[in-house]
Amino acid sequence: MADNAYLSVKGITKRFGGIVAVEQVSFEINKGEVVSIIGPNGAGKTTVFNMLTGVYQVDEGTVVFNGEEIQNKKPKHIVMAGMSRTFQNIRLFQDMRVIENVLIGAHIKTSYSFLDSTFRTARYRKEEDEKVLQAIELLKSVGLEHRKDDYASNLPYGDQRKLEIARAIATGAGLLLLDEPAAGMNPKESEELMLFIRSLKQKGYTVLLIEHDMSVVMNISDRIYVIDHGKPIAQGLPVEIANNERVIEAYLGGVHKDAEDK
Amino acid sequence: MTNTKMEKHSFLYQFESFISKNQKLLLILLAAVLCLLPKGVNNQYFLTVIVKMAVYAMFGLGLNILTGYTGLVSLGHAGFVAIGAYTASLCAVKLGLSFFPSMLLGMVAAGLVGILLGLPTLRLTGTYLSIVTLGFGEIIKMIAMNWSPVTNGTLGVKNIPKPAVFGMKLTIANHGLYYLVMIILVVCTVFCLVLVKSKTGRALQAIKGDELASVMMGINITYYKILAFVLSACICAAAGALYATLIGYVDPNTFNFDVSTLILSIVILGGMGTIRGMFLGAAILIALPEVSRFLMVYRFVLYGVILVVMMRFRPQGILGWKSQLPYKLSRQVMERLKMAETEEAGDNG
Repeated sequence: MADNAYLSVKGITKRFGGIVAVEQVSFEINKGEVVSIIGPNGAGKTTVFNMLTGVYQVDEGTVVFNGEEIQNKKPKHIVMAGMSRTFQNIRLFQDMRVIENVLIGAHIKTSYSFLDSTFRTARYRKEEDEKVLQAIELLKSVGLEHRKDDYASNLPYGDQRKLEIARAIATGAGLLLLDEPAAGMNPKESEELMLFIRSLKQKGYTVLLIEHDMSVVMNISDRIYVIDHGKPIAQGLPVEIANNERVIEAYLGGVHKDAEDK
Repeated sequence: MTNTKMEKHSFLYQFESFISKNQKLLLILLAAVLCLLPKGVNNQYFLTVIVKMAVYAMFGLGLNILTGYTGLVSLGHAGFVAIGAYTASLCAVKLGLSFFPSMLLGMVAAGLVGILLGLPTLRLTGTYLSIVTLGFGEIIKMIAMNWSPVTNGTLGVKNIPKPAVFGMKLTIANHGLYYLVMIILVVCTVFCLVLVKSKTGRALQAIKGDELASVMMGINITYYKILAFVLSACICAAAGALYATLIGYVDPNTFNFDVSTLILSIVILGGMGTIRGMFLGAAILIALPEVSRFLMVYRFVLYGVILVVMMRFRPQGILGWKSQLPYKLSRQVMERLKMAETEEAGDNG
């Protein structure tokens, strides 16, 4: 299993000075799966994302993605390898249009040179047209086509989340890292988001999800990994995790232990 | 949806769609006015002011690439202007080169210095970056003042020749210099318009919008920030070379801190991150001291008041609006979309 996993993370560790933020975390994702990482606030989930995407250095351990070791590679290299992410607090290019946000996502797939665009060569026009059409197609597939001319800041919250995912898809990524996509959503919106993530899975995308909304996590994950205080504490199918004592303990603050002591 | 409809009735939308519908006609009109202007008003003083506006609009366009699009505020752009002006003037005076090669050398020199300034400032943002550029402007001024064997020190460079085309000297009197400056201004403007619409322009704006998100999209921040510095420096240097030949004389004080702030004021007043704004900004800030001569020393107060009022009531700049028109698609894209639509309709029917 280890050899043909799409993403295989082994014992990655991150220290900030004396503090160990993430310690010996390992997990695997196969192509086409939706896998979630859950854990209480400050457990180190986003730090894991930052290590995977090259924002932070990985102090120990390896990350093998699509058969290639990518730990400590430049973010650009990792994006080009096919991994792209969204952010916990939405980070769109607010002053730019919806379609422009997607076109920026397609930046690394756009190969014309500076001179091509300066002199408006045939190559520039052909590729730019192609990318614009692809962007419109992508927006259509996420249901944002009617919003393509709007500025990103004018979109409602749920649509901004969708646009962020569309932008990540535009990079050509096969693996999408979604950092708390349901944060701040009302039940109806998270229901929609769930359907949306399912549709991504059907289209063949692999999704690694960090999420707090348990109804979302339990409903769409194929497998779940739990970390607490930077350490892995459990892994398994949603049903197993829901009934795992250590997980309940981590979330409810050690009620069990206290009860036992007495 | 109602939102979009409301916007369609807005003055801005009406205005913008009028402009874009009559774009060709308006451009021809503008070209005609620019061509006939010197014939119509055969007044040297007036033409000199117009040419000065055009040169400052170019300074604005240059700084706008860095400040308006990439979000890096420079307080030392007079430094790049000085490098362009000095290099071009010295090449013309000491080496006897003609204007165009001199100007190109000025641009190359400024571009190289742009790389040098860009590299250490990559890790700096906001105020810290601005302070470094402020220092850069002062250093360039100091070099011009103290590197006497080359720059002739505080005495400056005198008798800078006018550009010549086929043996004809281009001056304000024979309108040649006016046309030359206008042509170069048009080239710069077209360059900027094209830049903004390309992946490079989008990358620069992405960096301004959110640096981390840009990195995560695979944009090479280092490369694009330095590119912004270089392009900005080159445009300012070209304009600097024109400025030197227009005035005929440069000394270290021609390019002091006041010039840097004036360029920045043009960008902010006109509208950061717009190209149209640079022309209005330059026109207002260059015309202001001329039309308000009767106020004597108080005219600088007026200048200050205008900037303060601006910041209070229209911080995005006079022409700093975001376009309300739909994103402009090329004709090929429109056709393809229409084809896809009819196909779909056919399938459904």
